Amino acid sequence: MIDGNAGDGHDMNGREKVAARNLSFFYNGHRALNRISLPIYERRVTAIIGPSGCGKSTLLRVLNRIYDLYPNQRAEGEVLLDGADILSPRQDVNLLRAKVGMVFQKPTPFPMTIYDNIAFGMRLYERLPRAEMDERVESALRRAALWDEVKDKLGAGGLDLSGGQQQRLCIARTIALKPEVILLDEPCSALDPISTAKIEELIDELKSDYTIAIVTHNMQQAARTSNFTAFMYLGELIEFDRTDTIFTNPREKRTQDYITGRFG
Amino acid sequence: MASEHIVKSYDDELKHLKALLSRMGGLVEAQIADAMDAVGRRDSELARRTVDNDAKIDTLEREVDASVVRMLALRQPMAVDLRSILAALKISSDLERIGDYATNAAKRAIALNQMPAARPAGSVPRMGRLVQSIVKDVLDAYVDGDADKAVAVWRRDEEVDELYNSLFRELLTYMMEDPRNITPCTHLLFMAKNIERMGDHATNVAETVYFQVRGQPLKAERPKGDSTSFTVINPDAKSGQDSKSGQGV
Repeated sequence: MIDGNAGDGHDMNGREKVAARNLSFFYNGHRALNRISLPIYERRVTAIIGPSGCGKSTLLRVLNRIYDLYPNQRAEGEVLLDGADILSPRQDVNLLRAKVGMVFQKPTPFPMTIYDNIAFGMRLYERLPRAEMDERVESALRRAALWDEVKDKLGAGGLDLSGGQQQRLCIARTIALKPEVILLDEPCSALDPISTAKIEELIDELKSDYTIAIVTHNMQQAARTSNFTAFMYLGELIEFDRTDTIFTNPREKRTQDYITGRFG
Repeated sequence: MASEHIVKSYDDELKHLKALLSRMGGLVEAQIADAMDAVGRRDSELARRTVDNDAKIDTLEREVDASVVRMLALRQPMAVDLRSILAALKISSDLERIGDYATNAAKRAIALNQMPAARPAGSVPRMGRLVQSIVKDVLDAYVDGDADKAVAVWRRDEEVDELYNSLFRELLTYMMEDPRNITPCTHLLFMAKNIERMGDHATNVAETVYFQVRGQPLKAERPKGDSTSFTVINPDAKSGQDSKSGQGV
């Protein structure tokens, strides 16, 4: 219910954990984002919605510079994380991706044990004694609401889990690195309603500690999970507002047409 | 209403809902007119038919309820669609109440017609016709999705309240003049109160229409005209009271 949005006293003046400023993005000369300015407030969930090809996933991919992995892609403008521009060439992208974690549409567990799926990322950053590692793995799995289901088979393969469990495993893997921001790119589109509900409950739970941005095609999911919603169309940000406003009384006709199913 | 949905059957359902409300509104207007005619013409047969007709409005209200629940569950409406579906639910319950008040007035007409004609009996239908025209206008505002028209209707409730206040004083005065007037005047007083309540429900509908169209609640302060809760009439001063004489039947 919108209670979750309205009741927690946020306003548009919350702290901007991440802020896109005049952000444009190009690949192979094509402009995929056009001068986007968007705040992502700290410890809030911001949903990004819009039709396929509107640039919402591209925007998410800029926020942790995943796009760096591909050639001929270029961002202009600024993306501030705690006030510092992450697009700067001086930005250490590995450090950035530890701070800004990402979960993808299809669950992407590594072909290794459940335990190692979580431990793998941590080993890249720190050398922990076994006991402490065990503790961090357990805590991440608990946080991702997966512990009770896997505690007796941590040595089993991550790929043997159900789709919903795999996705929660990926979230646990992200959380284990103690990120500050979590980016979710259609995290439930491959999941059944029960698994979806568990992920949504998890998002609700996680927002007390993390700043979350979620891209989703499912409007009800955006409405249920987020505090703020951004509507994008053809690479532009059309409207950004509190989620309850967007879904009850949006300002822009294009937003209204999209969320009510009138888009041609 | 905005352009059409991609899914055509959704539009059909919204149109059907609107059509149900139009039918309900038409019936409610007719019920008010008939109840008032039953009083004005002392027509108990018409009054009885009016009482019987109320069931049709109740049936339509249940149909609106079912339709709204279905659409909320199956369509998960958003924004203007959500507002118009909620508006339909609220408006149908206001219309149903207005229908009940018309029924109540018709029942009292039957009782009234068994007594000699009371002098102020003409003022009640006059007030009823005013409310009937307000109900008609507010339904037009709903059908046209016209928020300005809704605001205009909303302000007109003051006229009803003023008429009610003067009728209240007039009826009290008649009762003081002759105790034999008490029974018919009490019925007329209740009828007047019923009509005044109809006006209040019509203003609720106006507020709902405004919200449906604009997405904002209607905020301005509405003049509250009904002061009868505080009215005291001193028998010794009654000759000084304003009693525009009811056009007795």
